[in-house]
Amino acid sequence: MAWVNAIIQGILIGGLYALFACGLSLMFGVMKVVNLAHGDLAVLAGYIGVGVIAVTHVPVLWSIPVVVVLMAGIGYILQRSLIQGAISRGELTTLIVTFGLSIIIENALQQFFTANSRGLGVGDSFITASFSIGSQITIAWLYVVIFVLAVVVLLGLSLYLSRSRYGRLIRAVADDQEAAQLSGANYRHVFGIAAAIAFGTVAVAGMFEGMITTISPTLGTDTILLFAFASVVIGGLGSLWGTLLGGVILGVSQAVGAQISPSWEQLAGYAVFLLVLVIRPQGLVGQGATS
Amino acid sequence: MSKISIRTGDSAPLLEVRDLVVHHGQLRALSGISLTVFPGEVYALIGANGAGKSTLLRTIAGLHHPTSGSISYDGRDVTGLRPDKRATAGIVMVPEGRRLFPSLTLEDNLKVGMSFARKGPWTIDRVYELFPWMKERRGQKTAQMSGGEQQSVAIGRALVANPRMLLLDELSLGLAPVIVQRIYAMLPQVLESGITVLLVEQDVSQALRVATHLQCLLEGHVTLEGTPAEVTREQVEAAYFGASSAAFGGTTPLDPPNGSSHGLG
Amino acid sequence: MTEQVEASSRSADLPDLRVTRSRRNTLPSGIGALVLIVVLFAFPYYVGPGTTGIMVQGLIVLTLASMWNLLAGYAGLVSVGQQAFFGLGAYFVLIPATHGITPWFGLVIAAIGAAVCAVPLWWLVARLRLGYFAIATWVLASVVMLVIEQISSIGGGTGEPLPGLSGMQPAVLTAYTYWAALTVAVLAIGGVYLLLRSKIGLTLTAIRDDERAARSSGVRVGLARMGVFIAAAAGCGAAGGVLAIEQLQVVPGTAGGVFSVQWTAEMAFAVIIGGLGTIEGPILGTIVFMVLQQKLQSYNAWYLIVLGVVAIAIALFARRGLWGLVVDRFNIRLFPVGYHLWAPGEKRKRQAAHAAP
Repeated sequence: MAWVNAIIQGILIGGLYALFACGLSLMFGVMKVVNLAHGDLAVLAGYIGVGVIAVTHVPVLWSIPVVVVLMAGIGYILQRSLIQGAISRGELTTLIVTFGLSIIIENALQQFFTANSRGLGVGDSFITASFSIGSQITIAWLYVVIFVLAVVVLLGLSLYLSRSRYGRLIRAVADDQEAAQLSGANYRHVFGIAAAIAFGTVAVAGMFEGMITTISPTLGTDTILLFAFASVVIGGLGSLWGTLLGGVILGVSQAVGAQISPSWEQLAGYAVFLLVLVIRPQGLVGQGATS
Repeated sequence: MSKISIRTGDSAPLLEVRDLVVHHGQLRALSGISLTVFPGEVYALIGANGAGKSTLLRTIAGLHHPTSGSISYDGRDVTGLRPDKRATAGIVMVPEGRRLFPSLTLEDNLKVGMSFARKGPWTIDRVYELFPWMKERRGQKTAQMSGGEQQSVAIGRALVANPRMLLLDELSLGLAPVIVQRIYAMLPQVLESGITVLLVEQDVSQALRVATHLQCLLEGHVTLEGTPAEVTREQVEAAYFGASSAAFGGTTPLDPPNGSSHGLG
Repeated sequence: MTEQVEASSRSADLPDLRVTRSRRNTLPSGIGALVLIVVLFAFPYYVGPGTTGIMVQGLIVLTLASMWNLLAGYAGLVSVGQQAFFGLGAYFVLIPATHGITPWFGLVIAAIGAAVCAVPLWWLVARLRLGYFAIATWVLASVVMLVIEQISSIGGGTGEPLPGLSGMQPAVLTAYTYWAALTVAVLAIGGVYLLLRSKIGLTLTAIRDDERAARSSGVRVGLARMGVFIAAAAGCGAAGGVLAIEQLQVVPGTAGGVFSVQWTAEMAFAVIIGGLGTIEGPILGTIVFMVLQQKLQSYNAWYLIVLGVVAIAIALFARRGLWGLVVDRFNIRLFPVGYHLWAPGEKRKRQAAHAAP
């Protein structure tokens, strides 16, 4: 039954992957920006969390909103300054700028926090607490909680985009920037909001990652960015639920791979990603990443 | 040039364009255009393809920067104002080709139009009264709708913003004449609510039917200006296609000031 | 004056327009380049091994930068995964060495091997939009690394020392390494220069200026891009081989290993700072990079942070890089890949005395 446990675990971690991915997908959908620093932002959020907890001594869960608000603010400012500046100079410049940000964040974190991993303590009992279904399936509570929270965030994002005024504006600007302007929308401001959301969601995901395992300065580019991208490609662009599906498939592939051989964990995930890229580049649900 | 018009009143112009020069890269699209629109008018810009009509409208909406010249709205100089700020000030354009938001439903399209709306009589419900078919299809994505339906939605989207100056860019483009007439049939209700209209129209007869004033453009220049009552068909043809005006006389700006005015042909 | 021009064109005699490849300053710069190369080759004779070692690092980065510039500046491909070929090149030197083939020849194998590997990798990512192409190359590099780490016979995750060079004296080895690095760099830059002067170069410029127009004119955009991708892979592979020789080992891992994205960061930043889209740019950029690295050596990660900041600043405010600023100011080109249109009556400065004013 180790397989079933593994698959369930994979599904649950898939929620977290989708949470990582939705910000990347949003920034691309709205501003056509592929944020190469996306993974590092999650790690940055985690370290900010470490800092907040060290200073205020609040429990981890209370620190999450603080980190999210901070990161969202950073996202808005970065978008309206650096990233907007890059956008107006072309896609190549945007990639350079976000790549530069990625390197800067990683190395700055390395300078200040050393290369060692950190965890966000959730309390030992919570981490190891698990429940059982039947006699052979054991599921860790932490994973379930995080999956549920991730889905809740995604649901909230989906509702926000479909029902709220700025959610509509974000979708409108993504469709047709000029026409949105004609309706009175300051597209740069809307871009800023979208970036704030992207930074905020990836911040939550980064905090969760710190709670589930540990974070380290290079984690952003070692795995997070790549997992996020893989989730988006597998699930297809333009659909939040597609991204969730993509994340789940990635998680399950990794879990299955790990069962075959521990060192196959990441490779299995990437293998599925490459398979989807070759066979169905538009992803399983959405519109795809090809030109 | 003299103009017999209803303009000799005491109202101030709503829109004043002076000596507008606009370039597309190196190409000069407009060479010193001037026009004045007073409240309550329906001002039509006619002319062949490439004459510069849409460029003029887009520049007034703020999507193009003029090389020189000025645009005044309600007494304010808006030449350098961002397009979204112009929209919130009351200059709202229905762009050429509809440009609806494809991933949004009909109602969401209207709601976007309402996002920064000014206070005024137009609401989504009133738009549904103007175009009754919309109400039951408001949850549909607009991509599947016909050209005429999309055009109506685009107009609705502009109306709910409660503009003072409504810019209509090539409403008839790609639509059957019957549909076009039906769409223009809403114009009186728009005007009733206090909106002034500046429109670009390829279909000259349609333009002459609805306009209170018109201007004809040819290759970036104004070749004719006046009211539908003043201008003759020959004058319009000459202005539209650019035949030498000498053969037709009439009150074109190219004539010397003491040229004879033939009035109605 | 104007009337004269109008008169002459109306007489249906078009003024004689000459088009040449070079301008007056390229002959001296060509000679200068040769002199420079000779001087560089002589380095180990009068410079200590420590400095030579630094030069080797610089030449590796220079080769990589030229390749990245070729990809991004001329073919419009932003690859954040070149470390894949860099690492593969190192392994293509390592594996033959473990079977008795000298690493010096291994460099050739590295270039060819990396180029061959580039073909299936290109096929996987070719259709992706620019930004997603970038991340996909990153993913591929990660995959390559993970696959290689599985193979324990070549060191698995911990790396493997490079055999075949133990007999040499250290100073001699350093010198030979340096010459190998210099040769690779010169060949790389020379190769890029020749490529850009050729028909393929014209194709690339057309694609860069307006892809859709180029495509509709029949330009084989995909083929040209693939060619560039493969060529760049070869260059990066050779550079990786040089690193293997320099370090006498090949370590895959991400922290400082051959598959580290840090290599891409260094080559990309060197190009951006020096000037994207010119051959001179990467050279200038590498020099700046090496100076920065040496200055900030003791500050660990700082030099990458500074590099990143400078690169962002230049990308935003001086898009054509430092070399672009030089060109704008002094109007010189060391590697003429463009054409010069001589206006009627314009002669080289040398003969100015005889030309009409």
